Amino acid sequence: MASLDYEKLGLMVGLEIHQQLDTSRKLFCRCPTRMVDEEGGVFERTLRPTQSELGEVDVAAYFEWRRRRRYRYQSPTPSSCLVEDDEEPPHEISREAVAIALAVAKALGARPVDEIHVMRKIVIDGSNTTGFQRTAIVAMGGSLDDEDGKVRIQTICVEEDAARKIEEKGRTVVYRLDRLGIPLIEIATGPDIHTPEQAQRVALKIGQILRLTGKAKRGLGTIRQDLNVSIRGGTKTEIKGVQKLELIAKVVEYEALRQLRLLEIRDELRRRGVAEDMLDTPIVDLTKIFRETKSRVIRRALSSGGRVLGLKLPGFAGLLGREVQPGRRFGTELADYARFWGGVGGLFHSDELPAYGITGEEVARVREALGAGEGDAFVLVADREEKAREALKAVLERARWALRGIPPETRAANPDGTTRYMRPQPGAARMYPETDTPPLEVDENLLKEAEKYVPEPPEVKLKRFTEEHGLSRDLAEQVLRDIRLDLYEHLVDRYGDKVPPTVIASTITSTLKALRGEGVPLENLEDHHIEDAIALVAKGAVAKEAIPEILAYLAKNPEAKAEEAAEKLGLTKLTPQQVEEIVSRIVEENRQAILERGERAMGLIMGRAMAVLRGKADGKLVARIVREKIAEMLGKT
Amino acid sequence: MEDPLHGYGGEVRRVLEELGLRVGDRVRVVRGGEVYEGILMPRYALAGKQIIVVKLDNGYNVGVKWEPGVRVERAEKPRQGARRGMLSAEVVFPPPRMAEDKPPVSIISTGGTIASRVEYETGAVRPAISSEDLVHIVPEITETARIEADILYSIFSEDMTPKHWEGIVEAVAEKFRKGARGVVVTHGTDTMGYTAAALSFAFRSLPGPVALVGSQRSSDRPSSDAAFNLRAAVLVAAQAPFAEAVVVMHGETGDTYALAHRGTKVRKMHTSRRDAFQSINAPPLARVYPDEQRIEIIDGRYREPGELEVENGFDDKVALVKMYPGITGEVIDMFVDKGYHGLVLEGTGLGHFPNSTIKAIERAVEEGLAVVMTSQCLFGRVNMNVYSTGRRLLAAGVIPGDDMLPETAYVKLSWILARTRDPGEVRRLMLTNLAGEMNPRHTLELYPRWYHG
Repeated sequence: MASLDYEKLGLMVGLEIHQQLDTSRKLFCRCPTRMVDEEGGVFERTLRPTQSELGEVDVAAYFEWRRRRRYRYQSPTPSSCLVEDDEEPPHEISREAVAIALAVAKALGARPVDEIHVMRKIVIDGSNTTGFQRTAIVAMGGSLDDEDGKVRIQTICVEEDAARKIEEKGRTVVYRLDRLGIPLIEIATGPDIHTPEQAQRVALKIGQILRLTGKAKRGLGTIRQDLNVSIRGGTKTEIKGVQKLELIAKVVEYEALRQLRLLEIRDELRRRGVAEDMLDTPIVDLTKIFRETKSRVIRRALSSGGRVLGLKLPGFAGLLGREVQPGRRFGTELADYARFWGGVGGLFHSDELPAYGITGEEVARVREALGAGEGDAFVLVADREEKAREALKAVLERARWALRGIPPETRAANPDGTTRYMRPQPGAARMYPETDTPPLEVDENLLKEAEKYVPEPPEVKLKRFTEEHGLSRDLAEQVLRDIRLDLYEHLVDRYGDKVPPTVIASTITSTLKALRGEGVPLENLEDHHIEDAIALVAKGAVAKEAIPEILAYLAKNPEAKAEEAAEKLGLTKLTPQQVEEIVSRIVEENRQAILERGERAMGLIMGRAMAVLRGKADGKLVARIVREKIAEMLGKT
Repeated sequence: MEDPLHGYGGEVRRVLEELGLRVGDRVRVVRGGEVYEGILMPRYALAGKQIIVVKLDNGYNVGVKWEPGVRVERAEKPRQGARRGMLSAEVVFPPPRMAEDKPPVSIISTGGTIASRVEYETGAVRPAISSEDLVHIVPEITETARIEADILYSIFSEDMTPKHWEGIVEAVAEKFRKGARGVVVTHGTDTMGYTAAALSFAFRSLPGPVALVGSQRSSDRPSSDAAFNLRAAVLVAAQAPFAEAVVVMHGETGDTYALAHRGTKVRKMHTSRRDAFQSINAPPLARVYPDEQRIEIIDGRYREPGELEVENGFDDKVALVKMYPGITGEVIDMFVDKGYHGLVLEGTGLGHFPNSTIKAIERAVEEGLAVVMTSQCLFGRVNMNVYSTGRRLLAAGVIPGDDMLPETAYVKLSWILARTRDPGEVRRLMLTNLAGEMNPRHTLELYPRWYHG
């Protein structure tokens, strides 16, 4: 795909970064903030949408309720209590979490609010036992410096993490409550980001500031990104749940592409003279055409009492098959609406037919029944009549939007960077005050508590890295820019007295880069892998030269332990006696050369020795022994 | 809300008043270079802090400190495109279908918010005010019964008095006279057990069930137990074979079944859990499955439907006195001197009060007060023959309360004293099982197995 000119497109991206905090307790109770491997007690609940004064309910909530969803909760006692079970009102908000958020606010130049009010944000997928997420603004304003310009910060919030989904069986969804209530800090930026790369970089920078508080949790799923993306003439689309930083640029790119393609479709429709009032086409029952069909999907629907309903989309011929994102067509977008609003499995559209057992003859009869000409498209849904009808109504509504542009949507990120329709953007009825917990005044004491988490400014860090850790300025700057900056600091703290900081720094910067260049799957490499490898060096179990190979092994076998890796790779460090034996043997084998070249044989022997000993012995030790053995041999003769 | 600046006081109130601002108006507060614009919210915090609460356009509330130099001004509403169709994040619940062929059930509301809507802006919870409202909020109940709903009181259950019990008895009686198959009484949970006992004594015979119901999670939240409990209560009122006053609440923490507890044996045993209500010293009457529309009888010894017989009236000169180490006779004397008619003692263990108080208790009996002994152990029955203190209390004229809950004994004595003050008759009635308040057989399973590892 040709790369897009984002400036011309007028790309605007805002980020919402969610980071789990490593606090001593959860946000609204006294449970520890850790995940466990047990189920604990189990109970089953339902949620129902709460009505506004006008009797309105949140649409996603309404559909979940109509589907008679049941939620089965596992409540392991080490990590959840009656608060997570929604059997006890929330305790007061964790001051520690608020203090950390205030520290981040300070680092970003944001202004704390004077009184923090906890809100309830309706979330009815069962991931919160209450049916809402508790969330509060701690600070507003501020900005982040970026190469491509300042990125404004809109809000800094603390909120509860959701329960984690274990599995889905039929209409029952199983969640575990250990994660529910772990404090999250949420940072929302203004729409000041203008390229996919910048989006990814800003996310990285914010992540880094969060990690530098020393209170960010590490590991998969502890940081999550939501994106708000639009292009000129397009619409702000919310994209939820981008778990991996590396995916951000791609998601932004694909969303810009999708909006661009949808605008092209709009323009094409207008060119064809399609107007909104032409899209009042009736939903037609086409069941009789498919009585003898070979399409398995349709046969199954009919045999369980369903109908086949169809809808003409005048002037849409050829557009439903148009790709809007890799592997996703405009027809896929329509199908998403049919699924969400009608609860059907999917739809067939004219740009993909005849296929799926639907014959050319059937297509012709459908066209005839719908009065669809060459230039028209049509859509078919086979399901229970009521569902099929709702689905087609949604398809029609979405098709009307195709004439206006891009509907405001909340979308979910797919693992390949494309997105799918999730629900309409939430309205005002989504947020109301949490009356069970009093507001918290941001006073002097709280601000003082926050001081200890305020991340050190970069220039102070640079000075410390060069002066105290002995890094070259260049290496120090590299570390400072690295995503694993906090890991570096952590490792120097822990192992700095046994492993030189330069080794740790270059492991994190150049070693990993080199490994990536070799095609090692670095995405599998987590902080604990790197820490284990450094720890092995610190213990003296392997030489520092063994680090790259161990990391490469761990990246390919993420379940393995660093020690296993060292053993499997034969990198376990040799004792000085063993090294001496090997060197002696090599010296002996090269007697002739040594006698000829004298001291100048050092280079040759060292090379041969290291070929055998690399990673198994420290280079300095080998050099010392080689020098001794050569001197010994020369001295003897 | 009567006060247009609810919760605001002092200087900040003056500033808001000067601008003619009211809660719900759009306001802009500029402080330290930061602009907070949104809707002026009421303040619920008790402390008189000089803070303005603003609901921002992103839905969040924030508190902004007011001090000289902070600018407050009225702001204009931003123009908003109307959202419609697929774009709207809200839909309206489908209207319920009232079926004429279902049994008639009346719902009497006394307070609490078992069916309510939320005013999202302020978070204020508005209870349903009519039958239509109620069934619109919990439409499922129309599948069980033909619903008619009324509001009798709107009070917190901690504010209930014996006078309110009388009002509820009368209202329930009226519904049965008008042909209800069963009656549901919505009630705050704190004193629901007392009211249930009061109804149990006042109705000597009932044509159908009276189901008291409440919620432990208010109905303004998606996880509320209110709708589930209400559906269970309506099912009991419409279909249960027994004709007693019962409490219908969650049977366990999950949304699987509710329990119908006999009104004289039920007690709120937890401050916050959904299954807070438990039958003490007796099994519950039934398990109720609202999803499956099924009632499973646990204890077949219940009162069958009969003619409506009401004996209303409660004496409010009755007190419930809890024994504590160090209690003195003065506490008893106070009630005697104040002209009380009866005392229920919540003694220790098998039914004891300190020997030092026996003189005061003797005096109370001599002055004509009925004195009944129950146990703060709750589980088990009093037996005042085992220890000498108990025997001395009996000799002083104390009436043993058997296995009655202290609260039930209190309600019962209140009801009896409104009928007779004759000591012999009071004693006879207190010792008679009038409404299942005593269970003569306690078996092992009636005592819960508490967690011990």
